[in-house]
Amino acid sequence: MEDLYRDQILEHAKYPHNAGTLEHPDISHEEHNPLCGDRIRIDLQIEHDQITDIRFHGRGCAISQASASLLTDEIKGMSVEQAKQFSKDDLLELIGIPLGKNPVRIKCALLSLKTLKAGLYGVGSIDDEDL
Amino acid sequence: MTTSLTQFDVLALRREFPILQQIHNGRPLAFLDSAASSQKPRQVIDCLEDYYRRYNANVHRGVYRLSEEATFAFERARGKVAKFIGAANHREVIFTRNTTEAINLVANSWGNTNVRAGDRILLSVMEHHSNLVPWQMLAQRTGAELDFLPIDGQGRLVLEQLDTLLTERTRLVALTHQSNVLGTVNPIADIAQRAHDVGALILVDGAQSVPHMPVDVQALGIDFLAFSGHKMCGPTGIGALWGRRAILEQMPPFLGGGSMIKVVELKQSTYADIPARFEAGTPAIGEAIALGEACDYLNDVGMARIHAHEQALTGYALDRLASVSGLQLVGPQTLENRGGVLSFTLDSVHPHDIAAILDGEGIAVRAGHHCCQPLHTLLDAPATTRASFYLYNTAEEIDRLAVGLEKARRMFS
Repeated sequence: MEDLYRDQILEHAKYPHNAGTLEHPDISHEEHNPLCGDRIRIDLQIEHDQITDIRFHGRGCAISQASASLLTDEIKGMSVEQAKQFSKDDLLELIGIPLGKNPVRIKCALLSLKTLKAGLYGVGSIDDEDL
Repeated sequence: MTTSLTQFDVLALRREFPILQQIHNGRPLAFLDSAASSQKPRQVIDCLEDYYRRYNANVHRGVYRLSEEATFAFERARGKVAKFIGAANHREVIFTRNTTEAINLVANSWGNTNVRAGDRILLSVMEHHSNLVPWQMLAQRTGAELDFLPIDGQGRLVLEQLDTLLTERTRLVALTHQSNVLGTVNPIADIAQRAHDVGALILVDGAQSVPHMPVDVQALGIDFLAFSGHKMCGPTGIGALWGRRAILEQMPPFLGGGSMIKVVELKQSTYADIPARFEAGTPAIGEAIALGEACDYLNDVGMARIHAHEQALTGYALDRLASVSGLQLVGPQTLENRGGVLSFTLDSVHPHDIAAILDGEGIAVRAGHHCCQPLHTLLDAPATTRASFYLYNTAEEIDRLAVGLEKARRMFS
């Protein structure tokens, strides 16, 4: 269990990076996890196809909050195309905890990526399988 | 602690449950999620296996020995279930997949023929989605309106509002017997009488009560009772609807198909009498038989004793959890009219994280909205952690729960 809640995750969950909202986001998208009712909204500022600022807010477990914190750090500064290519495996590697055998908690971890991608692609929602 | 709590030898009883013998993350499994689904005693598992090994055959069809044996056992199980809930007649018991299907049966069959635009259906804000969504769908089909009994700060129904909410337009009251989140036990007999006074019927969601306390449909004076087998030591895929015979006999079929007919012609059919009219297609035969066995098992232990044991556990848990700082219980804070379902928040620690930490300690609890999203919105908590008890739980498991919660709180503070 301590595998899941290693220090980096707890740190990011308690003090998330890029938490909050943007005043005039170019893209703002919200997703929720129907299993637990958690929600995340991601605001993006985009200039010349580059993600110049990103913020997230919402409620969720430590895994989903830490994941959003790590993801937004990683995505900031990327081009839109690069961000679209950022995969589920990339995110899981970034988080670095063994979620492979835990399909329920993987959904927590993927909620931020799902929100980001649905926002970037301008679609209602994206299936976990397609992330 | 354990001995003073129990009216029966809980450690001996636990040995009858194979799953409770396993070690989970280095600790004996503390299963505190029976409100979601209960564990099964060996007797029930053996019964199910015996059917599939020895006399598996379709019911009400074959004239060969196996089919006759299966039919006999299936119908005998119906009788056991009927007796378990105090039904006047075994024909009043319809086998369904679960509580949800039983409620959908009533919402469609009875609802479509008896509810019109402008009629009202009275629910409460504590209903499980299974006793809410079918009525929303019926309201959309018919133009009927839904009303909701509110709850007070202790999670108990505000009965004073019955006077205004029950009107001559109210056709049905659909209410849970025991909340699967708050643990509140509702005064069904009183409400049934009030409903009948205005000419309404009453359906009771017994998913959380039938497994845990003696339930007698005649004493309660209700019209429909829905419950699930898997929450009462029986298999999944089998549940029941009980309805008063005179009402069931007036109801049209729910699903059409095999077994529910008298005579079928190419363009029309006539329908079977109850209960077959509502049991289209091959039922969950082995599962129904095993549900009958579960009734036998629970009767042998004694429903009154099971209830007393759970009350003792719940009283102990209310005290024990009150000592966990930052813990906020969402239901009644006292034992009065409450069962062994304890949902809570713990500071700002997310329930998923709490459940994961507890899992690491070999403790199974549920985290989430427990299929009660509107109630959680009302409580202003997107999710809660829920511990629920059954006949096989012990005070020692509640101690372990409290210790695990302290640990979770330390990790996230």
